[in-house]
Amino acid sequence: MLLEIDNVTLAYGRIQALHGISLTVGEGEVVALIGANGAGKSTTMRAISGLRPVSQGTIRFDGEDITKLRADLRVIRGVSQSPEGRGIFPGMTVRENLEMGAYTRKVRSEIDEDLQRAFTLFPRLKEREKQAGGTLSGGEQQMLAVGRALMSRPKLLLLDEPSMGLAPMLIQQIFDIIVEINQQGTTVLLVEQNAQQALSRAHRAYVLETGRIVKEGTGADLLNDPAVKDAYLGVA
Amino acid sequence: MSEKASFRSNGGVRGWLGRQPVWVRWLVILVAAVAAYMLPYIGDVPVIGPQIVTEGIDWPSALFNMSYYVLLALGLNVVVGYAGLLDLGYVGFFAVGAYGTALLTSPDSILYEDTGWKWLMAVPAALILTMIAGVILGWPTLRLRGDYLAIVTLGFAEIIRIVATSTDVLRGDRGFASIPHPPGSWGGEPIFGVTDAIPYFWLGLTVIILVILGVRNLDRSRVGRSWLAIREDEEAAEVMGVRTFKYKLWAFAIGAFIGGLGGVLFAGEQSFINSQTFVLQFSILVLAGVVMGGSGNMAGAILGGVLISYIPDRLRGLSVGDTDLYEYRFALFGAVIIIIMVLRPQGLIPSRRRAMELKDREKEVAPQ
Repeated sequence: MLLEIDNVTLAYGRIQALHGISLTVGEGEVVALIGANGAGKSTTMRAISGLRPVSQGTIRFDGEDITKLRADLRVIRGVSQSPEGRGIFPGMTVRENLEMGAYTRKVRSEIDEDLQRAFTLFPRLKEREKQAGGTLSGGEQQMLAVGRALMSRPKLLLLDEPSMGLAPMLIQQIFDIIVEINQQGTTVLLVEQNAQQALSRAHRAYVLETGRIVKEGTGADLLNDPAVKDAYLGVA
Repeated sequence: MSEKASFRSNGGVRGWLGRQPVWVRWLVILVAAVAAYMLPYIGDVPVIGPQIVTEGIDWPSALFNMSYYVLLALGLNVVVGYAGLLDLGYVGFFAVGAYGTALLTSPDSILYEDTGWKWLMAVPAALILTMIAGVILGWPTLRLRGDYLAIVTLGFAEIIRIVATSTDVLRGDRGFASIPHPPGSWGGEPIFGVTDAIPYFWLGLTVIILVILGVRNLDRSRVGRSWLAIREDEEAAEVMGVRTFKYKLWAFAIGAFIGGLGGVLFAGEQSFINSQTFVLQFSILVLAGVVMGGSGNMAGAILGGVLISYIPDRLRGLSVGDTDLYEYRFALFGAVIIIIMVLRPQGLIPSRRRAMELKDREKEVAPQ
C-alpha cells in the first residue's frame, strides 16, 4: 500500500473532526473520498499533507511512518496536495505558480520537462503563461492548481474538490485529465462533493459522515448502493 | 486590457528602467546615489531648494532623522511587505539596538567598568542582541497568524518600553548619557561631532545603501520566493514544500537586524537615550510609512520613510493666520495619510504583485 491511514483522530481545539479514520490507497489507484459538507474530507487531506497534526493514529506513506513528519518533508517524500479553494498565488504568474510547485526540486532540466508536460496537459495554461494567477477564471485556476501539484513529481496526488465551482463541461474535462494523470502513473486520492463524477471515475471510494468512514467499496458498487444513491447522488 | 500584458512590459518608470541595458540601469542608480549624498546641500539649489528646506527646518538633523526612519521602513518592509507578517511592535527592535549600544558604551551603564566600549565595538554585539530578540519574539509567536500575531508584537514593544521604564539596569527616564559617537577624524577634528549632523546622515545613507543591496539579493533568491509564497497563501506555500516557520523566523530576524541598525545609529548620534524615546506611536508611524509608500516594494518603503519623517518637519514654522501649523502636525499628517490611502490603497509606489494580491482579496470579500 502506498498510503495507509490507521485509526486517525484529529481535533480543532475542542471540536473533534475525525473520529478514528482508517483508509488505504494502493499504488496506481484513484481513490475517492465522498461526503457532505463538514464530514471531514478536507480535514483528512490536511492530515495527510501535514497541514494539521493528528491527535491519534498513524499515517504511513510508502512504508514509512509520516505521522509526525513536517509538511515540507512530506512533499519531498512524494505527497503533493492541490489545496481546498485552489490556493493559487495571485500575484505570481502562471509560470511562477508552476515553478513554485517544483520548489523542492533541484534539477533544472527535469523541471523544464515537467513544465512542458503541464502545458501539454493544460494548453490553456500555456496561453496564460505570463498572466497573474489572480486574473485567471475559476476553471483555469483549478487547472493551474492541479498542474502545480504535479510539478513536484508526486507519487501521491491529493486533490481537494477539483470540481468546485466549475461549469459541468469543465468538470468532465478536469476528471478526464485526472484519469489521464493516473494512467501516466500517479496515484490519486481525491475529495469530492460531486459524488456522481467521483464514483464513476475512481477505482475505489470511501464515504465519510461526521468524521467517520461509514462505507467503502469500488466506485461502481457505491454508485449502485441505494443508501449512497439516496444521500449523495440525488436520485430518490 | 492589461489582462494579457506581462509584468515586465508595463509602463511607468520601472517598466522603462527594466527595459534598458544593464549599464544604463547602473548609471541611473549611481546618479541617484550621488544625488542622495548631495542632499545636505539641496537648500542651495535655486527655486526648488527653499521649498524643500524651509526656514523652520534644521536640515542636517532632518536628514539624519530621515535616514533612520528609512532604515526602519526598509526593515519593517521585509517583515510586513515581503513575508506578510503584521508587526505592530517594530520599535521594540529599534529600542533593543539602541539600548544594547548604550549598555555597552555609556558611563551610566552597570557594565561600563567591564566594557566601556567604543561605539563601533558595540555595534556587532548590539545587532546580534536584536537578532536574538527577533528570534525570541518570533519562535513562540510565528505559529500565530494575522491579527493574533499583530497583537503579540504590539505587546512585545510595550514590554520592552515598560522594562526600560521600570528597571534599574535600564534606568527609565534618567536614561543613558554620553554614549560615544562613531569613530574617525578629519584634519584633527572628529568627523562625528556634536554640532554637525551631516556626517551622521552620510553614515546613515551608506548603511541604507548596504541594506538595500542585501535585501535586494535576498528578495531575488530562494528566500525571497519563499516569503512571497508565504505572503500570498501560507497554506499553499506549505504544501509546495516551503518551510514556512523557518522563513518567517528569518524575516523576523532580518527585520530585527535592520531595526537594530537604526537603533545603534540613533544612539550614536543622539548620545543620549531614555525610555521616552521608544513610544508605541513610533511603530505605528513606521508601519504607516511602509503601507503609504507601497508595502512589498523597497522604493515605496524608502519614500514612506522619508515622508513620515519629512512631513511633520515641513510643517514647522508654517502658519495660517495666527495658527501655527506645526501644532497640528499630527492631525495634518493623519489627514495626509488618509488621503493617500483613499486615493492609492496599494501605496504611492506599489509593488505590482501586492496590487494583484489586494485585488484578489477584494474578490474574496465580495465574490462576483
